Amino acid sequence: MNRRPVFLISCLCFGFAFFYIPILSLIVFSFNKSRLATVWGGFSTQWYAKLLDNDQVIKAAVLSLQIAVTTATFATVLGTMAGIALARFQRFRGRAGLSGLVTAPLVMPEVITGISLLMLFIYMAEWIGWPGSRGFTTITIAHITFSMTYVAVIVQSRLTSMDLSLEEAAMDLGARPWRVLVDVTLPVIAPALLSGWLLAFTISLDDVVITSFTSGPGSTTLPIYIWSKVKLGVTPDINALATVIILTVGIGVALAAYIMHRAEARRERDVQMALSQDTP
Amino acid sequence: MGRERGALARWFDDRGWRQLVIGVPYLWLILFFLLPFIIVLAMSFARRADLSPPIAFLEYWPYLRWDNFERLISDTLYVRAFATSLWNAAIATLLCILIGYPMALGITRVSKSWRNLLLMLVILPFWTSFLLRVYAWMGLLGTNSWLNKSLTAMVNAVLPAEHALRSIPMMNSNFAVVLVMVYSYLPFMILPLYANLEKLDNTLNEAATDLGSKPWQVFKDVTLPLSIPGIVAGALLVFIPASGELIIPSLVGNAADPMIGRVISDEFSSARDWPMASAVAVALLLVLVVPMMIHSHFEKRAQERAEGRT
Repeated sequence: MNRRPVFLISCLCFGFAFFYIPILSLIVFSFNKSRLATVWGGFSTQWYAKLLDNDQVIKAAVLSLQIAVTTATFATVLGTMAGIALARFQRFRGRAGLSGLVTAPLVMPEVITGISLLMLFIYMAEWIGWPGSRGFTTITIAHITFSMTYVAVIVQSRLTSMDLSLEEAAMDLGARPWRVLVDVTLPVIAPALLSGWLLAFTISLDDVVITSFTSGPGSTTLPIYIWSKVKLGVTPDINALATVIILTVGIGVALAAYIMHRAEARRERDVQMALSQDTP
Repeated sequence: MGRERGALARWFDDRGWRQLVIGVPYLWLILFFLLPFIIVLAMSFARRADLSPPIAFLEYWPYLRWDNFERLISDTLYVRAFATSLWNAAIATLLCILIGYPMALGITRVSKSWRNLLLMLVILPFWTSFLLRVYAWMGLLGTNSWLNKSLTAMVNAVLPAEHALRSIPMMNSNFAVVLVMVYSYLPFMILPLYANLEKLDNTLNEAATDLGSKPWQVFKDVTLPLSIPGIVAGALLVFIPASGELIIPSLVGNAADPMIGRVISDEFSSARDWPMASAVAVALLLVLVVPMMIHSHFEKRAQERAEGRT
């Protein structure tokens, strides 16, 4: 057993180098003075300064954030409903259908989802006159559709692992159903709701393929802007923009994970303490 | 209706909330997922026409044309695109298993605080932009990049001087596509594998060691067979999105040898042949349904085995 960890640990080192060297290289080259994006020409922050002057980037970023916040909120509500239905309502007509509809978007290739939604919007415009043009609304509908299924899966798994006797006990002690919901069920699934919201937010913020099919002229999101530039090659200003995005998201996610981890640890400690006081 | 339903579910029932909770997401998914898919399915049996929208069905019963599916088989463009996609995805999946397995196993063998940190480091790239992670490789693979130059120098140190290379052509090739796919999808392999390996009973390993097995034998006879469900789950999570991938082949792939996602997108936007794009999409789904069925078969068997034990 002694030699294997050495092998495994070198695999880990190699793997994490593989994960992070491209990103580090991108960050380093965003401070490159040279116009040639891949040849080092000295240190400079000029590309960041140019970024702040670029109205197109700022506008695209604002639009992306608006879509992501709307998407995450609606997806959390819809996904939570689907998660509750699947975890708590054991038998209803069409249960298999709902569970199929929740898993199918997760495995559907993005190109197909994108094209099929675009066709739907085109035909809807033909039949009922809506949507008149593609933009914020159609992008948001598309994003809600595929991100709500992630939320549903997260909420469902949290609810199935939850101890049902907690709710029963609260009801037996005379709590009204909505009190039980607010005081017992919601706090237990709150971490799932938070991670679901965050996941929907980042998925929406990141999406290129489905957005490219459901957006119209004048509704350029940040990934679509980057996509149109990146197709032409590597440029230092995109390196700078990429660095800003990667660092913001990375730090945000790490922070959220740390806070959630600490809250969970505190909850576990409280439960332990409560249990140890009960049985002296 | 059975005691697995909680008191809260009963309350939802009484107030008609139940219908709402089930109905709203159901309706949403039918309207924005099922209906669009049915449109695509129907369209795959139509023909391109100079109308708006640019399609035409057969005028008489059964209204369905099989032309698109016939073209799918007879036109080498589509056959080759399918072959390239499945081949690239298969190689990427295999490499993900070879790299991801030791990493997942390694994470189960370190202390608990290290474990959380390493898991975080695996998940973090998954949260940061997919597009930007692909873009990062564009900078590394190009002929002027530091990576390409150092690799070239290494190769030239071995090669005789008259065969010395200027640079290594890595960009715009299937090699680049597979490399970036492995990079992008490796977390999808590591996480289910880790979840599976973490649950394994370590006493089995100790028992095998005590009975005189060498570490390699313990791995081969105990750990590996028990981790097959994890390998299958991870392989599907890599293989399915990889075979329909659009971004990676568009940015680092060879345009002369397109993957199927690219073909669908091109048929749709440049060729404006919506029915053909739909037919290719339907065919891709059929190809992907097969691995799905294998997966559910594995899962059912594992479940039956688990139930048999208790």
